[in-house]
Amino acid sequence: MHTGTSRYVGLLYIAPALAFVLVFTAYPLAQMVWMSLHNWSLIAAKKYVGAGNFIKAWNDPQFWTSLEFTLKYTALITPILMILGYLIALLTVENRPLRQFTRGVVFAPVVIGLGASSLLWYWLFSYDFGLINRILMDVGLIAKPVVWFGADADLSMWAVIVSIVWKVVGFGTILFVAAIHAVPSDIGEAAMVDGASYWQRVRLITLPLTAKTILLVTLVSVIGSLLAFDQFYIMTAGQPRNMTATSVFLIYLNSFPYLKLGYGAALSLILAGIILVCTMLQMLLSRRSHA
Amino acid sequence: MTRAYAHEAAEPRLAAGLLKGRLKYLISAACVAMSTVMLLPLVASVLASLKSTQEAAAVPPTYFPHALSLDSYERLWNYQAGLPTYFSNSFGAALLTILFCLVLTVPAGYGLAKFRIAGKEVLFVFLLLGLIVPYQALLTPLFFLFVQLNLHNSLVGLAIIHTAIQLPFSIYVMRNAFEAVPRELEEAAIMDGCNSFQVLTQICLPAVVPAMITVSLFAFITSWNELLAALVIMNKDSSFTLPLILAAARQQTSIGGTDWGMLQAGITISIIPCMAFYLLLQKYYMAGFLNGAVK
Repeated sequence: MHTGTSRYVGLLYIAPALAFVLVFTAYPLAQMVWMSLHNWSLIAAKKYVGAGNFIKAWNDPQFWTSLEFTLKYTALITPILMILGYLIALLTVENRPLRQFTRGVVFAPVVIGLGASSLLWYWLFSYDFGLINRILMDVGLIAKPVVWFGADADLSMWAVIVSIVWKVVGFGTILFVAAIHAVPSDIGEAAMVDGASYWQRVRLITLPLTAKTILLVTLVSVIGSLLAFDQFYIMTAGQPRNMTATSVFLIYLNSFPYLKLGYGAALSLILAGIILVCTMLQMLLSRRSHA
Repeated sequence: MTRAYAHEAAEPRLAAGLLKGRLKYLISAACVAMSTVMLLPLVASVLASLKSTQEAAAVPPTYFPHALSLDSYERLWNYQAGLPTYFSNSFGAALLTILFCLVLTVPAGYGLAKFRIAGKEVLFVFLLLGLIVPYQALLTPLFFLFVQLNLHNSLVGLAIIHTAIQLPFSIYVMRNAFEAVPRELEEAAIMDGCNSFQVLTQICLPAVVPAMITVSLFAFITSWNELLAALVIMNKDSSFTLPLILAAARQQTSIGGTDWGMLQAGITISIIPCMAFYLLLQKYYMAGFLNGAVK
């Protein structure tokens, strides 16, 4: 600590970052609130409409379709990611070459782009040209190709879920492995001596002692799923009939192709409110870990 | 421990020993199966990118290319404004993002870690504002702001958004790194008459190089892969980044329908830099990941 120097010197060092956040995060946030209260487009004059945009959202069936679809997607993918991620962590937790290699391979898709992985799976699931229909037909599970995307909203969602599980399951796995490694080994050994079976030890020792990591990863995953865009933009394009257009997708559609910036801002504000609740929980949880 | 107790425990342990041999093979088999399933999509994509134009459009698709060909890469090279344009756009945005992140967060981390500042924790939370408000929700006003500032369709504009995304994580990592620099080192330097800027550049900076690599690596990966912000602020074909042009190529190509071979070539090309940097700098990646991913 530079106790001798003026207390403004430190401020000088953080000033550029403060200015950046002020201009490119705080100001847009304030403007978003302002925009949401107006009928705002790039061409026409803006008009104050009060809560008009929010009332419009409330009465907009597409707003509810998108919100419901986003919540459903989040509710379905999160447990799959957590359970599968944890099972892979248990499988590969020991530091032996093959298991470490497996861990590395499972993690690899995390670093590639969501856009690239979505395009890759868009191809794999393609009706005519995709390998998944080819494999399923060769194995004899289906008689003719399946239309994965664009015909049925649920089928489209499940195809997207498969691709996202492949893409991000390693995220949880690596954090779970780190958490399991941090569990003192003598607790497990003592339980083993007491005759506890493997699954008893997992249930009674490993799971409770890694519970905080599980909660944090769950929250991160929930936030990520609530903000889903790339995968649906690329794989389903919101089809059929915008039934797979997520909340972020709807904001994008209203703000940019339709240029209803005021309405887009109102939708953004609602979404930001939902995310805020999750983030607050996350911050509370991780703060307690430092104490 | 009583003797009876120890005796009771001996049996399950014996059974566990017998099981262990078979279990080991089972676990190994599960690991191999898991790795195969995870790698297959990537392998399939790379193989498909090496098929000839005709074979890439075959129905049903072939599993393995009958003959290797670079046709798909050639078509990608010449697609629209050409791969070099898109590649350099992506690279340019990523390099600018790294630069902005470092220029902003190295001093900020130093200031937060080493100085007494009035209301420091409040300022810190303000700096982490991007964590609380997702950038996806801010794109509408940001787009408007960028139109006014003439930053739309510009790599600088895109890099600014990517920096805003990465800023909270980067500040967190840099602050922790500076806090870990021993105070004795600085005190000695101050005794020798160094001012705070010299302490930063000569004493602290060499010690936080690993954190700077972590920050740069994550900035690169985020910027290289980001789609939505690019979609919003880049609407001129020649200013597209790789994810944008690939998303566009999904629908409209020179050969009528989707050019699947070219798409796979594009996916392969866009995955390579990420994978390469990750594998080369795995140590720095994991350091950042384990410390910052969920905090």
